[in-house]
Amino acid sequence: MISKRPKISIVDYGVGNLYSLERAVRLFTDRVSVTEDATEILKSDGVILPGVGSFEAGMKGIKLRGLFNTIIEFWKTGKPILGICLGTQLLMSKGYEFGEFDGLDIIKGRVIKFPKLKNGFKIPHIGWNSVVLLGNKENSVFVNNVRDPIFYFVHSYIFEPDDKKNIFAKTEYGGHRFCSIIKTANNVYGGNVYGCQFHPEKSGEAGLKLIENFINLAK
Amino acid sequence: MRNIRIISRLDIKGPNVVKGVFTEGLRVVGNPKELVNRYYKDGADELLYMDIVASLYQRNIDFNLLKSVVEGIFIPVTVGGGIRSLGDIDNALRAGADKVAVNTFAINNPKFISEAVRRFGSQCIVLSVEAKKTGPNKWEAYTDGGREKTGKDAIGWVKKAIELGVGEVIITSIDRDGSGRGYDAELNSKVMSFANIPVIVHGGASSPASFKDILDMCHPDALSAASVFHYQSHSIHEVKKFLKKNNFQVRI
Repeated sequence: MISKRPKISIVDYGVGNLYSLERAVRLFTDRVSVTEDATEILKSDGVILPGVGSFEAGMKGIKLRGLFNTIIEFWKTGKPILGICLGTQLLMSKGYEFGEFDGLDIIKGRVIKFPKLKNGFKIPHIGWNSVVLLGNKENSVFVNNVRDPIFYFVHSYIFEPDDKKNIFAKTEYGGHRFCSIIKTANNVYGGNVYGCQFHPEKSGEAGLKLIENFINLAK
Repeated sequence: MRNIRIISRLDIKGPNVVKGVFTEGLRVVGNPKELVNRYYKDGADELLYMDIVASLYQRNIDFNLLKSVVEGIFIPVTVGGGIRSLGDIDNALRAGADKVAVNTFAINNPKFISEAVRRFGSQCIVLSVEAKKTGPNKWEAYTDGGREKTGKDAIGWVKKAIELGVGEVIITSIDRDGSGRGYDAELNSKVMSFANIPVIVHGGASSPASFKDILDMCHPDALSAASVFHYQSHSIHEVKKFLKKNNFQVRI
């Protein structure tokens, strides 16, 4: 248990494997709430955007609860945000699942369906896959002590940032290398927004380490 | 990279994990929480948690039980049994599920699949099909843990459900489930011949060789088993080591 326990809000916008995620976060801090309350979210040290759902349903859920501006406001304080799967996709400018929809636009780019894959590789991409950190990202607090970067993926869509500098890690599937961890640039509100395409809360020890590291960032 | 997934399946009745032979003559295997913790430590890639009477009794899964069972594990859990509304899916996701499996209700209300996919995404909705051989190259879809006939062609139903948007399919061979006679090569090869989404095969595994044999024959994306792991005749780790030795990619 971390001595000064950060307060973490898991944003409840109507789609998400909320219990799974809450349990994982609770291993490292007991100040965690699953919430749709704007005041509570803004009082947090760190925010997690979970997600199991379609892009359209996700954005609808955020807008319906009046949380669009709350998330943007929180981002601009420079405190850390972690997106998971759909939660990460919503950080982008636009999504193309069941039509074209606007996202939170925190990271410029698009969420698109996997391109055609090599023979035998299926969509959705479901299962455990390796994550390769780019550049000197190994030194980042976010991946501190993550020794065995094999994580659980379950998705049909991928995010494509306009600026390659936002790509923190990549994963290969069916001959296609896609961005599996994304991060905002350091000169943009402290660069504290991280997003995974995989589910750290479902990826055994390696995934839990990543969540612990994120909570350390929120201290 | 593509790792073959090894999945441990728990059939739940009341507070217990149960297992039957040919889905009849149910036997209590043990406490679900103890089993789940063992499978997590043993390297299971995923868990299937199926309430086998919820649908038959037209009630919901015991969400409190589910919550307590999965409390200490951090791998994906697919939950099935009695799912018949978007609210049920939401409740399952709030109680520890990461994906849900649909069968009985969906087979009578196929539109439910497209509605569920629209809200939760394809990747969250898994079709569970229980197939019983009725003739050469022909299988009938059953529901309620292999108890009820539907009169529907199992293969046709899988095709239709893929069109409606399910992201994955679990195919259970009623003829093999609990028999220990190995996976059903004919049925599984048939499904693998057209499915463009991941396929989990279930029913009949009794040894590490059962897993290798079906992989050699039709290369399913994931393999699920119950008895072989429940009764500790072979551990998940042992199966994975055997597959790795035989040049299949697995997460160890």
